[in-house]
Amino acid sequence: MIKVSIKNLNLFYNKVQALKNISLDIEKNEILGVIGPANSGKSSLLRAINRLSENDYARLSGTIILDDTDIFTIPINDLRRRVGLIFATPVVLPGSIHKNMSYGPKLHRRFKGSELDEIIFNALSAANLWKEVKDRLKDSASTLSGGQQQRLCIARTLAMDPEVIMMDEPCSGLDPISTAKIEATMFELKEKYTFILVTNNTKQAARVANKTAFFLAGELIEIDKTEKIFTNPADSRTDGYIRGKFG
Amino acid sequence: MKDKIAEKLLLFIAFSAILSLLLITFFIFQQGIPLIFKVGLSNFFSTHWAPTRGNFGILSMIIGSLMVTAGALVVGIPFGLACAIFLAEFSSPPIQKTLKPIIELLAGIPSVVYGFIGIVILVPFIREHFGGPGFSVLAASIILGIMILPTIVSISYDALLAVPNTYREGSYAVGATKWQTVVMLLLPAARSGIVAGIILGMGRAIGETMAVIMIAGNALKIPHSMLDSVRTLTSTLALELGYATGDHRAALFACGSFLFLIIILLNIIAIKITGRK
Repeated sequence: MIKVSIKNLNLFYNKVQALKNISLDIEKNEILGVIGPANSGKSSLLRAINRLSENDYARLSGTIILDDTDIFTIPINDLRRRVGLIFATPVVLPGSIHKNMSYGPKLHRRFKGSELDEIIFNALSAANLWKEVKDRLKDSASTLSGGQQQRLCIARTLAMDPEVIMMDEPCSGLDPISTAKIEATMFELKEKYTFILVTNNTKQAARVANKTAFFLAGELIEIDKTEKIFTNPADSRTDGYIRGKFG
Repeated sequence: MKDKIAEKLLLFIAFSAILSLLLITFFIFQQGIPLIFKVGLSNFFSTHWAPTRGNFGILSMIIGSLMVTAGALVVGIPFGLACAIFLAEFSSPPIQKTLKPIIELLAGIPSVVYGFIGIVILVPFIREHFGGPGFSVLAASIILGIMILPTIVSISYDALLAVPNTYREGSYAVGATKWQTVVMLLLPAARSGIVAGIILGMGRAIGETMAVIMIAGNALKIPHSMLDSVRTLTSTLALELGYATGDHRAALFACGSFLFLIIILLNIIAIKITGRK
């Protein structure tokens, strides 16, 4: 089943075209890896899907369909609840770990009794962070290590009960152990969510993604099963990038 | 060699600025404080001001200053904050580039012009629509509220801009609207800067003289409503210092010392708040 379907997507910042006629489908419960050198439009793609690009005064054309609905007809905060985005540098909000977790859910509805605590427990557990923070929920979130902060961001997104989780180079600033933890988390969560993983680390895409898309200068060069992209890509530029010949 | 001379010269100039501040402080206190001890605190903080007959009570003026300042904050904070939030969060760059300098221009208008506008427009308006003499706490509050806008707007605006953009994106990414982001995240994060802006605006309102003399009515009594006329500490200084002699003159310096202490206190609070992280 197709979760997100993008057709003829173009995106401009002023006169610079960041995405050129992109069309691709993302299946439900799969991890789509998006690779490509800097300035290839990977982040712009994510920011277009949850309409964060509108804050950058970007112009868009084309369609993005989420579950048969055009995203431009979905109320923007609803869309962003359903499509979570995790940034390259962990964005913890000022305040305690608990406040970070409750911020998103509280925006969308009211909670009774222990309902909110249960959501926070579930989300932190799913992000493999509960054991490390259960005694310090009142501590400032900025006291966590980088890897913990990033897992807190994942947990915060999970607390929103999203459908699609987009990650923009989520491990770029992390050590191998933290990276492994986040990759393990993604694997566990794949059953319930659909992932789009932008990564500069081609090996990471090879490890976790079901499908991989290769972007270059705003164009989608090819998208295929990850094994195929990494062993026998159709386009020579894909091959060149994966072998580290450019980018 | 030339470098050394330039350095020494600049150092001398810098120190002379500090020195003049110290001299002013010393002079005001040296002229004013002895009188407070001479007549006693209970006389000095009573409501009866007749300095030529030995009554030096400045309480009604203190209350006047406080009322006018509080009124100015009631006008200035909502408008100033709303303006700063709009500029920092809701307006596009070209609008920001146009509006910000215009608001800052408000600070450049001489206070006598504000007073003039108050006399010509605001005072008659209040007299006709609300009653009373028109020269009132209300008139002074509104004019002062406008005068402190640039201070509140530009400092709050800078404080909002200083909030890392990642906070905004993190908030939008969990589905917050712009308004929710402002209220729940940006205002708390920029709180110290905003409070500092308000305190500096408050200092400006307490210290303002010309506009207040022109529109507050300067009656020497504790005002009972916003429509009563009022005299502030600064007004008293400006109105009476020209002809005061002896203890009367010393009493005015004592007023000045008191004012000076309030302003210094406000500035220290503002610096403490902005410096705290």
